[in-house]
Amino acid sequence: MRRPWKNRSQAEVKEAICGYISISPWLFGFVILTFIPILSTIYYSFTRWTIMDAPVWIGMENYVRMFTNDPLFYQAIKATGLYVAMSLPIVIVFGVLLSLLLNMKIKGMNFYRTLFYIPAVISGVSIAMLWTWLLQPDVGIVNTLLALVGIEGPKWFWDPKWALPSVASMSLWKVGGSAVIYLAGLQNIPPQLYEAAKIDGAGKVRTFFTITLPLLTPTLFFQLIIQMIEAFKVFTEAFVITKGGPLKATYFYLLYFYEEGFQHFNTGYASALILVLVVVIMSMTMLVNYTSNRWVYYEGDEKAK
Amino acid sequence: MKTQTQTISAVIRKHKIRQVRKSILTHMFMITLTLIFLVPIFWMLSTALKTRWEIFVWPTTWIPKVLHWENFSDAFTRVPMLRFMGNTLFIIVVKIIGELLAVPLIAYGFARLRFPGKKVLFLLVISTMMIPLQTKLIPLFTMYVKLGLNDTYWPLILPAFTGTPFFIFLLIQYMKTLPRDLDDAAKIDGVGTFGILYRILLPLCIPALTIIVTYTFLWTWNEFLQPLIYLSTYEKFTIQLGLEMFKGIWSVEWNLLMAATLATMLPVLLMYFFAQKKLIGGIASVGLKG
Repeated sequence: MRRPWKNRSQAEVKEAICGYISISPWLFGFVILTFIPILSTIYYSFTRWTIMDAPVWIGMENYVRMFTNDPLFYQAIKATGLYVAMSLPIVIVFGVLLSLLLNMKIKGMNFYRTLFYIPAVISGVSIAMLWTWLLQPDVGIVNTLLALVGIEGPKWFWDPKWALPSVASMSLWKVGGSAVIYLAGLQNIPPQLYEAAKIDGAGKVRTFFTITLPLLTPTLFFQLIIQMIEAFKVFTEAFVITKGGPLKATYFYLLYFYEEGFQHFNTGYASALILVLVVVIMSMTMLVNYTSNRWVYYEGDEKAK
Repeated sequence: MKTQTQTISAVIRKHKIRQVRKSILTHMFMITLTLIFLVPIFWMLSTALKTRWEIFVWPTTWIPKVLHWENFSDAFTRVPMLRFMGNTLFIIVVKIIGELLAVPLIAYGFARLRFPGKKVLFLLVISTMMIPLQTKLIPLFTMYVKLGLNDTYWPLILPAFTGTPFFIFLLIQYMKTLPRDLDDAAKIDGVGTFGILYRILLPLCIPALTIIVTYTFLWTWNEFLQPLIYLSTYEKFTIQLGLEMFKGIWSVEWNLLMAATLATMLPVLLMYFFAQKKLIGGIASVGLKG
């Protein structure tokens, strides 16, 4: 495969040069805007540095402080972990359910699909504003409707117990975004399988668990990873609605990172914080990946269930 | 004989009635669900058209007695929303130019040309798609401060000119589906390496380029974190920053706030309805972006 340059024909050399020219914008961006910054973040994480003065090397001190002497760090880990644990099942389960509905063969389905996807294109700030208004304890529409059936609604974002579930349930509204991707997965399932199941007399529930779900697992696997990473990065909702409160109930990790790095300018410590999050995200992704051969079905794989 | 055909047609009719009933029930279910899904948007519009007293009235009115459309112009004069929208549009246009200059060129290199180290570099493109932006934010911020470029649009638009990895990946995949015979035929006709890209392949890539333009619009319009970090003068704010600022200043006037929020969503919604088929198809086909 690899040959020394002198053995290459002139045309090959010319093509290679054109190749490097064409990817050069990306290469420039990669080196200046990604590679060097990431290396710098790693270096800064071992320093005491407050943007005004020069970074001072302090070894592992930032990391030691984080794990032994920083209640806010644990608070942020706890809030973020709870958020992931609450919102991820919501997104996955309701996303699949919605995609099953949107896969029905009825007239005008495209119309429904278009409507359910709407919330997925709206941004974090607008959605946060909208939900702040919908979940107002006294005049919000949700509590107004609850009052109609005689239930006194909670104070939602303004109650330490309810704030986190409130933020997590906001993801329910955006579930159309992932439903569309599941839908693509569903439509790749060969129809012969359903016909065969029908002939064998399998009911709807059974067909779902023995055909639909196993064949959807590759899509589920990708979505699980993507949605998990997204959930770990929750920020805007808390920044706009709760500012991390009440009583730090929604003090998510990236909010802590933002405050340390860009408000208190403890840039060295913030660098260490963000690297810990990256390690957490990476190990969670690897964990999901590790378990995948037990539950992800790939076509042509004989041993799969 | 006659009775037999009668019973058969009766069975068919019965079956048809059952089918019609089933489809009516399905539609009713779907419509109910859609309505529940869209209540928040309706409620936002309803609030945006009320007076500041009416929003606190009990029992709640779903449709305001008088539609106060002036709330929208009011919201736009309280905070220079139009200016923020203009700023954002400017950034979007420049970014689109950047992406359209960079991405086809880069994708062409990866999809069509042979050069040493291509596989490793392609893996790097893929892996940069996964890295959270926050990982490089602090060094980037200090770099731009040193260059005197913070509180300008440079930090926001410069990355577009180096190609967004997701778009590069998308276009590589798209170019790979175009037959290589096209390149060969053009080569025989004496078209140069880059001539093949700009005269032969690029016109065929228009569907993929449309997706890139649409996403650049949507993502930039919705972008919050980077403008928050880089922009400090409020005349330079983007629309999302402006909306956040609006909330800080007029936090009790929910009718105006909802008017502003709705106005912020409107361009995105229009863009979505304009390009929804391509957009949904685009995400589903790549299946990577959440």
